[in-house]
Amino acid sequence: MDNCNNRYNIIVIGAGHAGCEAGLVAARMGMKTAVFCTDIESVAMMPCNPSIGGTGKGHLVREVDALGGEMGLNIDKTFIQSKMLNTSKGPAVHSLRAQADKHRYHEEMLRTMTEQDHLELIVGEVTDFTVDRTDKMSPDDPGSGGTSCIGRITGVKTADGSTYSADAVIICTGTFLGGKIFIGDDVTVSGPAGMPPACELGDKLRAMGFPVRRFKTGTPARMLRDTLDYSKMKEQKGDETIVPFSFMNEEIVYNIDQISCWLSYTNEETHKIILDNIEKSAMYSGNIVGVGPRYCPSIEDKVSRFTDRKRHQLFVEPEGLDTDWMYIQGMSSSLPEDVQHAFYATIPGLEHAEIVAPAYAIEYDCVDPLSLRPSLESKILENLFCAGQFNGSSGYEEAAAQGLIAGINAVRKLQNAEPLVLRRDQAYIGVLIDDLVTKGTNEPYRIMTSRAEYRLLLRQDNADRRLTPIGYEFGSVSEDRYRRFVEKSARVDSEISRLRTRKTDIDTFREFLLRHECDMLSDSLEPDNIDRKRKDIAETGNQTFADILRRPAITYDDLAEIDDDTRPVLGSNEKTEVEVMLKYDGYIRKQINEVEKLRNLENKKLSDTLDYNGIRGLRLEARQKLSEIRPRTVGQASRISGVSPADINVLLIYLEKEMRSSQSGTGTD
Amino acid sequence: MPETIAAIFTPGEGIAAILRISGDASLEIMRKLMSGCPEEIEPGRVYDGKLSAAGQDPASEAAGEAVFLYLKAPASYTGEDMLEIQKQGSNDALEEILRAVLGLGIEGVREAEPGEFTKRAFLNGKIDLTQAEAVTDIREAGTEMSLAIAESQIEGHLGDTIREIRSTLLDILAEMAVDIDYPESEIYEGYEYPESFNEDSVSDIVNRLRWVHSDVADLIDTARIGRIARDGVRAVIAGKSNSGKSSLMKALLGEGQVPVTDSADSAGDTVEETTSMGGVPIVLVDTAGLRNIDDETEKPGIERTILALARADIVILVIDGSVKLDEEDRKILRFMENMNSDHLIAVINKEDLGRTITEDDVRSILPGATVINTSLVGSAAEDAARRISEIIGGILDLGSIDIKETSIITNERQLKMLRNADMNLDEAISMLQNGEPMEAAELSAHYAYNALGTILGEEVGDEVLERVFGKFSLGM
Repeated sequence: MDNCNNRYNIIVIGAGHAGCEAGLVAARMGMKTAVFCTDIESVAMMPCNPSIGGTGKGHLVREVDALGGEMGLNIDKTFIQSKMLNTSKGPAVHSLRAQADKHRYHEEMLRTMTEQDHLELIVGEVTDFTVDRTDKMSPDDPGSGGTSCIGRITGVKTADGSTYSADAVIICTGTFLGGKIFIGDDVTVSGPAGMPPACELGDKLRAMGFPVRRFKTGTPARMLRDTLDYSKMKEQKGDETIVPFSFMNEEIVYNIDQISCWLSYTNEETHKIILDNIEKSAMYSGNIVGVGPRYCPSIEDKVSRFTDRKRHQLFVEPEGLDTDWMYIQGMSSSLPEDVQHAFYATIPGLEHAEIVAPAYAIEYDCVDPLSLRPSLESKILENLFCAGQFNGSSGYEEAAAQGLIAGINAVRKLQNAEPLVLRRDQAYIGVLIDDLVTKGTNEPYRIMTSRAEYRLLLRQDNADRRLTPIGYEFGSVSEDRYRRFVEKSARVDSEISRLRTRKTDIDTFREFLLRHECDMLSDSLEPDNIDRKRKDIAETGNQTFADILRRPAITYDDLAEIDDDTRPVLGSNEKTEVEVMLKYDGYIRKQINEVEKLRNLENKKLSDTLDYNGIRGLRLEARQKLSEIRPRTVGQASRISGVSPADINVLLIYLEKEMRSSQSGTGTD
Repeated sequence: MPETIAAIFTPGEGIAAILRISGDASLEIMRKLMSGCPEEIEPGRVYDGKLSAAGQDPASEAAGEAVFLYLKAPASYTGEDMLEIQKQGSNDALEEILRAVLGLGIEGVREAEPGEFTKRAFLNGKIDLTQAEAVTDIREAGTEMSLAIAESQIEGHLGDTIREIRSTLLDILAEMAVDIDYPESEIYEGYEYPESFNEDSVSDIVNRLRWVHSDVADLIDTARIGRIARDGVRAVIAGKSNSGKSSLMKALLGEGQVPVTDSADSAGDTVEETTSMGGVPIVLVDTAGLRNIDDETEKPGIERTILALARADIVILVIDGSVKLDEEDRKILRFMENMNSDHLIAVINKEDLGRTITEDDVRSILPGATVINTSLVGSAAEDAARRISEIIGGILDLGSIDIKETSIITNERQLKMLRNADMNLDEAISMLQNGEPMEAAELSAHYAYNALGTILGEEVGDEVLERVFGKFSLGM
């Protein structure tokens, strides 16, 4: 029965942003891999906004790239506008964002997929799993929490009745699983953008005991380019100097004609039409049961929640160079089409717009991520890994990040190797996955800068430094990338140590500061011993280039004025890294100290078989949550909502007692 | 199997001792101990009962009546099932019942270790760490004042104050987080912010951080009171030999409490005596003179004097006003010049023997000192002592503080964490003022928030664990 052509090491279900990363990394790590999609057009499709990056999200793309993922490379090939956001703020929140040519983004990713060795792209709807129920995961589950393992996945079945076997499966179904589209009263069973949905698999998952839930998201209308009046809107241009997403493209000087986006505003008339028709919205009629994202609300949500606001921003963004579709960012809706026509027409610039595709809301099946391990492996089915919107996240970047990690960890599992679990102080990816599998989420989860407590360490400029060595160790980073990384790091490090010792004479120093309107004693970013240092500078003018650079007004480029020929020629990203590492040195060190303190808790491992019901002093809710989530470390346990600091104290004391009694039991070893 | 612990508590004079039991076996113990124990035991109800045969030694006269109170988890001090037994008569009777409890043969019942009830109350989230510490403080309280502070702390005053500061800080942190995620204008990131958010928010945040900062600073200031309550005010009496230091000490202590001879000088040693002025504990320290400062054999004594001066809260300098200032006086005065002169009282003694040194002479050297002209004999000495008491009271400025209503820092751990919070808040404020990034300043404010949480034991860290494992011993 089992056709040997239908045998794979790894099968990926879905070819969206998560599925592509998962499939590519698995194949690159040498696994025979198949990626299933319901339609070839759905490969790396952008069914919502035509952009990649943004605050927090830009960090994720950089991290995916640093670990050997594809998203950064693909957007660098296909962007039509690029912007570094938040440059008026500190470097920790600088964030790259690019407008994508949607169609070319899809085409380029499709090409990469088809050209990849060991990778096969198969069009077909996966409807069921094959499961070996005799092979339950060994140590798990003392019987509580409801996430008991039912066996090991061995393959998938498709709608045409074929069976494909696999050692591991990665599910990345996005909004396709049980997809349902809402426009007013109109309800259609569909994937996004009219793609065929995957209807059966969700019910099969429910039957197997997966905690499946309904989430929803929405997308605004698309309008015809030539029917908009651009004189009534404000132009938004790209940056003059383009910073690429991928480390591999750092040397490239981009010289493209960037397109513009356009800013306009809603007004009170718009709001009145929306409020008058609010009961016609699928969101309010009760048709939609799924939970939507707070951070990406529909226009009817915004208008009814913020009643005192006179206007809301919206952006008109081209979907590509070869299309005349324009995306109306910020205006998603599930109102009927006639109401959409009416309220869009009240907006300056959109009065005579022709709508080529109406706004809609989409509801889909996803799994409660508390049923996942930190490796993204399901606790219910061994060797099944999960990624992307299926895990309750929102956004292309969040999906890609999980797809990559799920792909790496599926391979690691088959190699009997430790999974890649990034810590919160190592990557936004670590924050994203830890939040999902530890805290769970009640709405589509979006990454935010403020979610990262070690954000000074997790900058977009140092993603390669943080993650490329790890990716290399875990097998996802190529030799070529690693070699280039090592060379770059050496250049940056040697420049930093040069600046830490280099000084100039006091007259040049004074004159330089005067020219840049800096106080001799200006506060540096260095928090320690400011008073002593001020005194020192005042008396001697004795400062290294590194000290001079700590003044907020001085840049690395400025230093060239007083430097000599020992100054190396660095790439722009290398310069940024040198500058940030020196300017932020004090804070970075302070944050590293904090990490070290907490590392203690992260290093205290909790056994997978620990019986929390037997630990005296744990409150009932904590017992349930701990039994269900089964944190790997005390640090992870401390982040579970419903587990209080008092519970953590109890846990620590329990572990301490265990350790002491085992020590006294085993004598000297 | 969780253990059940038992111990006898002696709350204080006039209040009957009590046998307390905490743990799952509490109910079983009551059933075995009380003869004719009802089938349904109502939690919180006081039962007058008779001790069963198991509960008493038939040979003793302690037999008979006892009062039983059963408390059901979590509505008890420890948050566990508890049983309290009171009995008329001596503590021996309770001791006997305790032995009987331990001898009942119920598995996992044992005598509690010191502080174990409190440790369980803390671990079960019934009290915060400051309250737990106050329990120990009460046991160790050496003065009325420290007892009063510990009692106020056990009520949770300090905890409440810190929780309030923390909650204000949390609101500020939330706003800082909004600022961090808030994109620059005209970039749509898909989310909306509260209308209240605007450009002024940074200066608003700075102002609100300042309030929190001053609350923390106020709390740090109370550590002085906490230390005085615990250790007493150190008032060091200095002066050359035979200037009248011992007479002053005697006057300050009242009659008959001090050795007759000038032992400080004769032994080259410092002498400490404790007294109380208006409820405030005072440690009076008599020091040796600095006569033979270059004499190697007297060096240890002189070093002790110097050390005592360095640790002094208040220095009382006694000068013989009947003779000219000599080398030794000058040495001592030179010492005083570097001290906080607000805390300095100069007593010019021996008025009865005539005056060579005037108040002005002393003031010209020690401009800030309070100067008293007197003869430390008879009623004049008593008058001087009274005046000095008043001056000390004025310097300490404790009169206006209502200890029962004030949060007072009582230990080094609390102080250390408050200083940490203080430093981080200071840093956050100056960073924002210097125009440095919000996302960096927010971290400092967050560290301050964590430090405050550590005081309560609400922030998990080695700090808390050390406390739990150190101060309250670990019951294995």
